[in-house]
Amino acid sequence: MSTAVTQPVDEVKSTPWSGGRSPFNVEYGKMMMWFFLLSDAFTFSSLLISYGALRFSAPVWPAPSLVFQSVPGTSIEHGAPLVFVGIMTFILIASSVTMVLAVEAGHRNAKKEVVTWMLFTILGGLMFLSCQALEWNHLHSEGFWWGHVPNATTMQEFFKAGVPFSQQTMTSHQFANLFFTITGFHGFHVFSGVVINIIITINVLLGTYQKRGSYLMIEKVGLYWHFVDLVWVFVFTFFYLV
Amino acid sequence: MSSETTNVHAEGAEHGEHEGMTKKRILKIFYILTAITCVEFFIALVIAPHYRTSLLINPIYIVLTLLKAYFIVAFFMHLKFEKVGLALAIIVPILFIIGLILVLTNESHYWIGLRHV
Repeated sequence: MSTAVTQPVDEVKSTPWSGGRSPFNVEYGKMMMWFFLLSDAFTFSSLLISYGALRFSAPVWPAPSLVFQSVPGTSIEHGAPLVFVGIMTFILIASSVTMVLAVEAGHRNAKKEVVTWMLFTILGGLMFLSCQALEWNHLHSEGFWWGHVPNATTMQEFFKAGVPFSQQTMTSHQFANLFFTITGFHGFHVFSGVVINIIITINVLLGTYQKRGSYLMIEKVGLYWHFVDLVWVFVFTFFYLV
Repeated sequence: MSSETTNVHAEGAEHGEHEGMTKKRILKIFYILTAITCVEFFIALVIAPHYRTSLLINPIYIVLTLLKAYFIVAFFMHLKFEKVGLALAIIVPILFIIGLILVLTNESHYWIGLRHV
């Protein structure tokens, strides 16, 4: 053992995990954003898995292609399944792209470009929220709300013929509660994301990050914004497609 | 907030020097995500109405969703270019969710049984 190369006792170790540096090579705030998003992922997955379990055990369920077949805000009431949610999904993915472009501009310290892309991102977020408000308003006008279901004739439209009324009432209640809770929780995340984006954009305009020498803050809010997009991908699949 | 960030940066915990997201790459990911979503719409609107059961189609939706999630997390959230340690610290705990899925799927089987009593 001692015949081999001997390591000097006083040599300073410089491996990533020997202290004195960030082993993950990320700034503190960014790492904490990741851990926050991890906890948020658990919250959302608990909600979605509960939804899955309730739906799986239900004998019938309001068919997504019948519930979501209108385009709120226009005169199209029937026969356009997935169109409106398709627009919403596209808006959110596009706003995620403008957010990455803001981060990319931040790497180049291009203040003007960062502001432009951040404004597009905020606009996308506001458009998404407006769409969601229309969607909620539409479902509410049909009679859906937390603990409320449409009247018997309206409700029959969402089920195949022959499903007993008692089963329709039960699963429509479950659908309404889960839909408004989960999309509401997601929408609240989008809303907070928009508020955070506005604050950060004001900071960019004030030159805060220019003085700091890095636009890392854009990256951190970017992580949050992409997470909101990520959750929507799952909400979209499990509420509108499956 | 500000002093903290400045200090860490001075110490060189900066990242982004390594390969990052160029504009071209960003657009490529955007096209991929849009294309996957279009495939989902195609399945939902054209293929699904021909089948009585969704037993085969639902797993396809889930695979496509996970694929989209991969592109968002790996490229938009930049996790692919971070240290492996950080990526593991985020992804490994996510695997616990599989446990909850298994438990609640099993439980919902039991609930179906309850309805028939």
